[in-house]
Amino acid sequence: MLRKIFVWLAASFALPALALDGEVIVHDPSTVIFHEGRFYTYGTGAGIPILTSEDGWTWKRAGALMSAVPGGKAGPDVLAKGGNNTWAPDVIRIGNKFFVYYSAPGTQPKSAIGLLVCPTLSPEAANYKCEDRGPVVWSDGIEDSNAIDPGVLLDPEGRLWLVYGSYFGYIRLVELDPKTGLRRYPDRKATNVAINSEASILIHRDGWYYLLVTHGSCCQGASSTYNIRMGRSRKVTGPYLDNMGVDMVEGGGKLFAASRGRHIGPGHFGLLDLGEGVQKFSLHYEADLDRGGVSVLDIRPLLWRDGWPVAGDNLVAGTYVIESARTGTVLELGVQGFPVGGYRQRRGGPPGSGIVGSGPPTAGPAQGAPPPQGPPPPPQIGPPIADQDPAQVAANWPANTGVRLAPAMLQAQQKWVIAAVDGAGGYPGAPYFRITVAGTERSLTATKDGELNATAFTSAAEQLWRIDQLVDGTYRISPKSVPGSTATWALSAVGSSTPTLSKFDPASDRQRWLLGAP
Amino acid sequence: MRIALSVLSLSLVASCLVHAEDAARPPPSTLTRPKGDSQPVDSRGFIHRWFVLEPVPVAGRLTEPAVKEALTLAALPEGAPPSEGSKVTINSAEHAWHALDTLNYNLNLYHFAWSLSKPTSNVVFWIETTVDSPREMQNVRLAIGSNAASRWWLNNEAVIALNDDRQSVIDDGVSHRVTLRKGRNVIRAAIINGGGATDFCARFLDENDRPLVGLQTRL
Repeated sequence: MLRKIFVWLAASFALPALALDGEVIVHDPSTVIFHEGRFYTYGTGAGIPILTSEDGWTWKRAGALMSAVPGGKAGPDVLAKGGNNTWAPDVIRIGNKFFVYYSAPGTQPKSAIGLLVCPTLSPEAANYKCEDRGPVVWSDGIEDSNAIDPGVLLDPEGRLWLVYGSYFGYIRLVELDPKTGLRRYPDRKATNVAINSEASILIHRDGWYYLLVTHGSCCQGASSTYNIRMGRSRKVTGPYLDNMGVDMVEGGGKLFAASRGRHIGPGHFGLLDLGEGVQKFSLHYEADLDRGGVSVLDIRPLLWRDGWPVAGDNLVAGTYVIESARTGTVLELGVQGFPVGGYRQRRGGPPGSGIVGSGPPTAGPAQGAPPPQGPPPPPQIGPPIADQDPAQVAANWPANTGVRLAPAMLQAQQKWVIAAVDGAGGYPGAPYFRITVAGTERSLTATKDGELNATAFTSAAEQLWRIDQLVDGTYRISPKSVPGSTATWALSAVGSSTPTLSKFDPASDRQRWLLGAP
Repeated sequence: MRIALSVLSLSLVASCLVHAEDAARPPPSTLTRPKGDSQPVDSRGFIHRWFVLEPVPVAGRLTEPAVKEALTLAALPEGAPPSEGSKVTINSAEHAWHALDTLNYNLNLYHFAWSLSKPTSNVVFWIETTVDSPREMQNVRLAIGSNAASRWWLNNEAVIALNDDRQSVIDDGVSHRVTLRKGRNVIRAAIINGGGATDFCARFLDENDRPLVGLQTRL
């Protein structure tokens, strides 16, 4: 099954990738965080620029975070330890507070990482006011470290950790106090966990700590060589080894994400855990060639394989077979299928191939006819059979029909065009899609009783589909809404031959789907 | 494989015709006569008690149009509900109802027909049972597996249609969400077999798609 997923993923690479929509220019984005109905991320720039989105797909600029700080800039201690730039922040929610760590470099490697503590991230809120708690860590310009690019993790035991650093030496780890956001043991020496990289951040899963950093060079547009690398350790303090056992302190790092297609220089990983087995990650590309080569935000699926995170790709528009991971049957319009290439005798070859089938008995030689001479003709490979065009078979399809699951046979009613719907919004990383039988206008539609139909596309919410790739590489397919319901539904193989909509159960294969090229 | 099974079944039939055309065959090992008025569904929700009509010959083709045609030509006459030994006439031939309990999760129609020296290939089996529900239950589903094609009705409403040659797979065909009435609910189905083995299984799923237990079946 995994091999199948790989093949399908590989097939999808040939198609143009979708990107986020709206005002997505950002460099060094923080972890994306959801608060009071909006997603937020913060980037490098004057005052720490804010990007926000209501759905995770369409983004807009929303001023700068320093406007919520008295004085509108970093405090004097931060400026003294570092400088007056504001770069590469990271944000985390601890209880009812948000800790925003930001880089304040002067002349590198003299730099400091400052802390803002905010009761809310919503600029419209009455209590939108952040407190400057001063420098957390800093580098003096001489030591083998550059205190920029903070990344924070609250581990499963409730301990808060900060990694930071750049190309002037080591990536360092210190423990923070979750109550204050400042160092828990300020007199202890920081731990070196990697070297000569940037944008470090920790994540945790199944007893492993993963350190993700960005290698390569930034800030050169399409010439940037940024790429995201990683290592893992059972202990937060390391050593962080890559897949070949090389310590990241000695330059190791398993590749997580590199340039692909028209997106050059991925960097600044941030985990976005949406729950229920859906994880995504935020990043920026140094250059989006479809947007004039500017640096942009993206959100992509996060997969896990063999104990390592894998950078997934957002679904690209195309024609797919939608296969149930539970049953292996595929979604089809509920119509009588027609064999690709036409009917033929069982086990027989294509018409004209000379391959004799074993179908119904046919008239034998006439009574008294001489027996056939010589050996039977050898079987022959026939010509390729053309794909089935819906126009060839759809004439007899009923006007109104439901959908069902059936063995894959490459028939016209089993091929679905998945296409983004302009202006319909989306969800973290992707727009809403329509799912339509190829060559027709019959679009997958959620009915008011939580079942499925295929009707003409009208852009109604029940015809808009959210397609999230799950951590195992399969997909969850959910309608934007079901008429008369506020519940969250997902396409479900309730039976081997029967699809429906039901509440998503991350522990079941019912709602896991494979999308492959037909 | 299916061809082989067809050949095997034909061979068995032919062999039996030769050796013991009129001799009583042993009773089916997986089926018994019902005891008691009612039978609970099992711990996985499967229904064990059914009326089964002796097989009615049909063409045995299993595409959607062919199944529709078969069920038109071999339609079950409307009239009195089935009872043990009662007969109905279809295409000028009489067919008797049999009350059966299956020992397995599924009911083996091949065992049933073979034990009666009836054909097992190119036939339709009509089946029926009554499910007693202790209360009204909304948003449940009838979930069946059938070898091969089948049509299912719950309280006279068509709820499941499976076409084509297929194995009996648990929860293969599943109805839309339906309401079980408090008390008596009638399930009727037609199982159409081309060749080889033939059987079916049925249960209800609750609103969370888990097997529904606590139901009683009675004939």
